[in-house]
Amino acid sequence: MNSVEGLVNQIQGLSTTASDVLSLQNLLKQADDSLHAESTRLLPFLDQLDPSKHSLGYLYFLEACTAGPVTKEQAGSYVLMIARFITSCIAEQIRLAPDKFITVCKRFKDQVLLLEEPLRGVAPMLTAIRKLQSSSEHLTALHPEFLLLCLLSRCYKAGLSILEEDVFEVDQPRDLFLFCYYGGMISIGKKWFRKALELLHNVVTAPMSTVNAIAVEAFKKYILVSLIHHGQSPTNLPKYASSVAQRNLKNLCQPYIELANSYSNGKIADIETYVEANKDKFESDNNLGLVKQAVSSMYKRNIQRLTQTYLTLSLQDIANRVQLNSPKEAEMHVLQMIKDGEIYATINQKDGMVRFLEDPEQYKTCEMIEHIDSSIQRLMTLSKKLNGLDELMSCDPLYLLKAGRERQRFDFDDFDNVPQRFNI
Amino acid sequence: MDGIEGASNPMMEEMQANGTGGVDGSPLTSTSRRKNRPIVSGEPLDIEAYAGLYTGRTKIKRLMFIANHCDNPGMQLEALRMAYDEIKRGENTHLYREVVQKIDGRLGPNYAMDAAWCSTIERKAEQRKEKLESELNAYRTNLIKESIRMGYNDFGDFYYAHGALGDAFKSYVRTRDYCTTSKHIIQMCLNAILVSIEMVQFSNVTSYVSKAEQTPEALDPPTVAKLCCAAGLAHLEAKKYKLAARKFLEVGPELGNSYSEVIAPQDVATYGGLCALASFDRTELKNKVIDNINFRDFLELVPEVRELINDFYSSHYASCLEYLGNLKSNLMLDIHLYDLVETLYDQIRNKALIQYTLPFVSVDMRMMADAFKTSVVGLEKELEALITDNQIQARIDSHNKILYARHADQRNATFQRVLQTGNEFDQEVRAMLLRSSLLKYDYNIRALRKH
Repeated sequence: MNSVEGLVNQIQGLSTTASDVLSLQNLLKQADDSLHAESTRLLPFLDQLDPSKHSLGYLYFLEACTAGPVTKEQAGSYVLMIARFITSCIAEQIRLAPDKFITVCKRFKDQVLLLEEPLRGVAPMLTAIRKLQSSSEHLTALHPEFLLLCLLSRCYKAGLSILEEDVFEVDQPRDLFLFCYYGGMISIGKKWFRKALELLHNVVTAPMSTVNAIAVEAFKKYILVSLIHHGQSPTNLPKYASSVAQRNLKNLCQPYIELANSYSNGKIADIETYVEANKDKFESDNNLGLVKQAVSSMYKRNIQRLTQTYLTLSLQDIANRVQLNSPKEAEMHVLQMIKDGEIYATINQKDGMVRFLEDPEQYKTCEMIEHIDSSIQRLMTLSKKLNGLDELMSCDPLYLLKAGRERQRFDFDDFDNVPQRFNI
Repeated sequence: MDGIEGASNPMMEEMQANGTGGVDGSPLTSTSRRKNRPIVSGEPLDIEAYAGLYTGRTKIKRLMFIANHCDNPGMQLEALRMAYDEIKRGENTHLYREVVQKIDGRLGPNYAMDAAWCSTIERKAEQRKEKLESELNAYRTNLIKESIRMGYNDFGDFYYAHGALGDAFKSYVRTRDYCTTSKHIIQMCLNAILVSIEMVQFSNVTSYVSKAEQTPEALDPPTVAKLCCAAGLAHLEAKKYKLAARKFLEVGPELGNSYSEVIAPQDVATYGGLCALASFDRTELKNKVIDNINFRDFLELVPEVRELINDFYSSHYASCLEYLGNLKSNLMLDIHLYDLVETLYDQIRNKALIQYTLPFVSVDMRMMADAFKTSVVGLEKELEALITDNQIQARIDSHNKILYARHADQRNATFQRVLQTGNEFDQEVRAMLLRSSLLKYDYNIRALRKH
């Protein structure tokens, strides 16, 4: 008890200047084990510490406190405490002990789920991410946890802000996989299929030495979303995908590959029978809804193809060519597509004719010019970043060593270990 | 449209009645023209005239092919009878047995199995083979190049006459090592080509044609013509219609009947004409076919093909397609063309459709359907297929049955492509930076573990 009290005093004393905080950190590291030993009795001490000033100390105490198994009643109080801590803590202090912070937040998530109120965790987790990130391009271990909470609470919009940011620095590959997978699922939920495709593509083509379950599930969704968005499924993974993925992913997702094949044949009856036959498999993967969306996207694609060939077409003809049952159904489909902005057409109900129009976008408005301009700016920044990275890499001594070793040797001098004449 | 069709009919009648030849006015008697034009539109094939164009093994093969694929039993029996007679003049007992089986006694006792003849031929063959072998061995021990070459050549001829095509080919190829002059090489190549064509192995044909063409000194015009024909046939079998057409159009008039073991000049005209029509564009068609003086002589032999090419060029599609329809049944009996007829016809028809719509901004589909002798519904389906295939730039107004030409707006298309490319670049570079960061992490972990 004494040591704990003493620790509390020290925390209170040493939490003001940066150098003090550093020495405090050393003390805390040494005292960590003893804190864990006394975890059950630490709760009252927390009241003596102020999270907004003594963040680091509070963090250590909190981490030790919540280390053991937690009951539902305890969970309620812990959740409040951790939420308050996250909102009021000082970012610089907690960045000194990121692992502890991450552990605390993960436990927070577990408790929130235990209470079956994921919504309570969404906002605090977002704040936690912002405080932990060193920059907006940094992917922390908390990102996937946050997205998981968003998914479970169906609060998709909150996930949007995180998804819109570009990620370039990653702590742990597993975080990235989960992040992109959950991000893909959220995007599917909001019907942002292009974003979903991008995120799932990242999972599937990420470097991996063995196939992991996340990649397999992501690949299944990737096929379905490609069908919905592009009307065709990726036949082969691009060359930069890992060889492990290229060899194995297809074998593990056989029903989906066959679904994609029957989609490309274009017969709606075939694909519907296939879906019926394999309903259980799709359902066990929780993909049945997505599969149904893929099937209905087939009608859309067929109608879109008609716009390329016809100027006007009767509803009866549309129904025949797209294999719908009646002109009424065709009318409903076309109407829905016009509303969603997927085709440009007018329906003449008197004659039962649909007239297909050209895309009215003339690329002459101010908004369009601004859009193009901002795209150019964005791409130029990206390009500069790429060049910067390339320059950095070409100065890296390890790279030079390897490149030097593998270069052609025409001269005796070339056989040295370190490249003396490095010709780029 | 009606006026033109009326004009072509009296021309046809005039040709048949007066016996005058084609446009050049070269005098031909009606009987000789009969011999030169066995494929007369609409009438069943005159087998005797047709068979008269060929000699050797190809004659037998063609007759048997006609017998197998013809519906008319009279023609079948006629073909089989002629095949039987031809085989009896040769030494191929294998084919003989085949033909007798096909005849099945339907032609009477004269055309039944003559076992005595078979055994005589086979015995003679054995004797001849032994003799050739001993001669060849003698030559080989004496190491006289020319004799060895002739020995192998004789072997090749022997095997060919008896239908052992693989052995014939091998023997001919073995003369290669003993060829001293370019004439020998040409002879070897021609033999090899002949056997390869009979064996339906056209890859060998192409290689031997190129080999022969590499010895220009000994190439006289008939040989050049023969090589062009062989090359054309090889391309035809490989379904490379454009190349086949070009080769057939290069065949000079010196061919005459010198290559009757393989191909007749009528065939050169038909194959060349149809392939050109299916694959050339208008300029090439005019320059290489219509204005080609050499090829005109060949086209004289098959006036229907000449007429249909002219009709196509002058946009008289109905009569062009009518000629095609009439020729079809006889072309299906040709051993090289039968499996390609459908494809060629489809291509020609598609070209006609595309050419019809090209000059117009809007086309009334009813008039077009009349011009092509089809229904509006059928025409709509065909046009839809061509539009989807991007061969016609147009849109169909299904309500009023009008086809409107549609020219893509380049400016809009460019903007769209630009924005799309920008997005793709954006996505790919970001994904690339992400992947590189993962790889760096991986590398660092491995480096840490090593230390």
